Amino acid sequence: MDLTVLLVKGLIILVIFGITLLIATYSTYAERKVAAFLQDRLGPNRAGPFGLLQPIADAGKMFFKEDFIPAQASKWLFILGPCLAMLTALMSSAVIPFGDSIRLAWDGTNYDIPMQAIEINIGVLYIFGVVSLGVYGIMVGGWASNNKFSLLGAIRAASQNISYEIALGLSLIAILMMTGSLSLRAIVNEQATFFEWNVFTQPLGFIIFLTCAFAECNRTPFDLPECETELVGGYHTEYSSMKLGFYLFAEYINMFVSSAFISSLYFGGYHYPFMNAVHDGLTGSLGEIAGHNIATAIGTVVFFAKIFFFIFFFMWVRWTIPRFRYDQLMNLGWKSLIPLSILNVVVTGAGLLYDIKYTTWLIVVVMVVLALTSNARAPKSQAAPQRA
Amino acid sequence: MSEFLNQFKQLTATGYLFWVLAILALLSAVWVVTARNPIHSVLALIATFFCLSGHYILLNAQFLAAVNIIVYAGAIMVLFLFTIMFLNLRREDEESKTNLTKMAAVVVGGLLMVMLITIFRAKSAQVPTFNPVSFDSRTGLVENLGSILYSDYILPFELASVLFLVAMVGAVMLGKREAGDRHF
Amino acid sequence: MQLTNRSKQVSNKEMTMAEKMYLPSIVQGLAITIKHFFMKKPTIQYPEVKRYLGPVFRGHHVLKRDEQGRERCTACGLCAVACPAEAISMVAAERKKGEENLYREEKYAAVYEINMLRCIFCGLCEEACPKQAVYLRHDRMVPVFLERDDIVYGKDKLVERLDDRYVRMNSEVKATPTEPSLTKAAT
Repeated sequence: MDLTVLLVKGLIILVIFGITLLIATYSTYAERKVAAFLQDRLGPNRAGPFGLLQPIADAGKMFFKEDFIPAQASKWLFILGPCLAMLTALMSSAVIPFGDSIRLAWDGTNYDIPMQAIEINIGVLYIFGVVSLGVYGIMVGGWASNNKFSLLGAIRAASQNISYEIALGLSLIAILMMTGSLSLRAIVNEQATFFEWNVFTQPLGFIIFLTCAFAECNRTPFDLPECETELVGGYHTEYSSMKLGFYLFAEYINMFVSSAFISSLYFGGYHYPFMNAVHDGLTGSLGEIAGHNIATAIGTVVFFAKIFFFIFFFMWVRWTIPRFRYDQLMNLGWKSLIPLSILNVVVTGAGLLYDIKYTTWLIVVVMVVLALTSNARAPKSQAAPQRA
Repeated sequence: MSEFLNQFKQLTATGYLFWVLAILALLSAVWVVTARNPIHSVLALIATFFCLSGHYILLNAQFLAAVNIIVYAGAIMVLFLFTIMFLNLRREDEESKTNLTKMAAVVVGGLLMVMLITIFRAKSAQVPTFNPVSFDSRTGLVENLGSILYSDYILPFELASVLFLVAMVGAVMLGKREAGDRHF
Repeated sequence: MQLTNRSKQVSNKEMTMAEKMYLPSIVQGLAITIKHFFMKKPTIQYPEVKRYLGPVFRGHHVLKRDEQGRERCTACGLCAVACPAEAISMVAAERKKGEENLYREEKYAAVYEINMLRCIFCGLCEEACPKQAVYLRHDRMVPVFLERDDIVYGKDKLVERLDDRYVRMNSEVKATPTEPSLTKAAT
């Protein structure tokens, strides 16, 4: 029995690893395709049908490029950088619950094996810790390149990640307060009914979290560490070949993981409306085991749909919003997001005291009212003077 | 020697992990002190923190392990690295290594060592060894830690939070741009 | 000076609270981009789909024949002189007895070569030709070449084939001086 569970666990870990890599690979394709479609182009469509082999072609190109290490670079750290970036990116998907559980019958007993690599009671903290380590890859690589632009990119990455981690953590704390657990599975199970999805109970927290997730992934509009217009290539200026590929790949893995994280924290993970009815119907018609497994599969598919939507959203935003200036970035992080998230925590706490779940809407309402009144009171912008 | 080997053979998986982690922790700690390059020093310190977190997990204190990683490895060491990257310490900076500083460092380090040894050897600080009857594997988990912090240790906990608040206010005061300061 | 009607006056006014929240304008922007996501793409899949480039496109060179199928070129060399890229070279020869149905004039080009690597498709040869012998086809491009030796086009590739006569489809566009007989009726 132990061996079976171990085998299934090992299989799940392998599958999750494979899926992470696959999704990251195809994110590069999706990025180019989405970018193209948003810009009225068609995107890659030459390699294979619809260009589906494009990521493989890209990877092949990456592998055959010259692997160059600058003479003045600190060699081992230069190699360590992309390794760290990749390592931390891959580690984080370990605690994400991808589905309910697989039910196995063995000797007449049913065993439920959760669709999760490891179920630990500090899942959220684990991801948070791994994410906070993610910046080392960038910093080490940027410093080891011995290049001013790389160093500036690394320093930007470090300060940006530290600043936005605080708001990220604080917006998370509101959720932890509502759930009372650090386990991701518990948080997901808390959101079983549709209107108790955290996005409805924590709208402000969701927006803060989403913004910070963008910043942590170094995605536009927060991609200052690799800002081409100012820093050539940022921290990966000196990188080439698959080392560069690792950096880019790590970014896409991070995107996948944060999408998964957002969907499980705020969008109910593998839950969907009328889930129990579907589960009951399936177990009723197909039997206990097959029905349960199929219900789990549906949940997993729903979860991946949510993830893909968020990956798409990441790309959508990338081609919509221009990059922030550095002081704007810091102002947004420290002067808006952190106070707002503290306020969010306080209001959530007050709501919990009286057992009201939707108190944070109060902040939203107040903000909307403020915005409307300020808009009404603002001096009507004179129509732009017509020039002859 | 053979006795040691026998003892080594009897270790469980956890025991082996403990030894590996302990050796790694010591090696990286030594590396912190001996590394010529401050960046290497910081990276070694991060490695040390990881080994310590491993120890916490072996002790079933997952929360402490995670917090150690998040706070020390994830935030404080990033700031260390950040600061050191700004300083150009490539060249050997002999000015800061006068004999006086070296001597002071030896004295302070020695004092710290003596102090730590005394503390660990004191009768009152002796931690009882593993007792299978009273052992609770959930001691280090979040719930227990939280309830202890908010019941038995509420005063030190709150005092520590006040200390943090003071430090934060101080940091804000230091960082605040005064009238007439250069705008940058 | 006003160039377009779309220019807007830059204002430096204080942002209102709603504008400072960014979110409304972000949503607005997202709506605009997603609209483009579903728009019809104007891309033309080039090698498969070719677009009509117009009657004045200058493509593949052709050495015209006249109505009776005789080569018009008289090897005067004006095209080679006019060519800014010096891509054209030729060797003249005298027409022998019995070749009157092959060459229109008494002198003809025994060798006529255009180096397509040098050619910039400016069409000056077309303009310089007094006999309306050399044209740049509007409907055909010089194909991609893989061997360097293939790129110097001789008479075998340049002289108009009798089963593939070239006509400027749009006789109204007279980008180059055109002999009336060369328009549609001539074939």
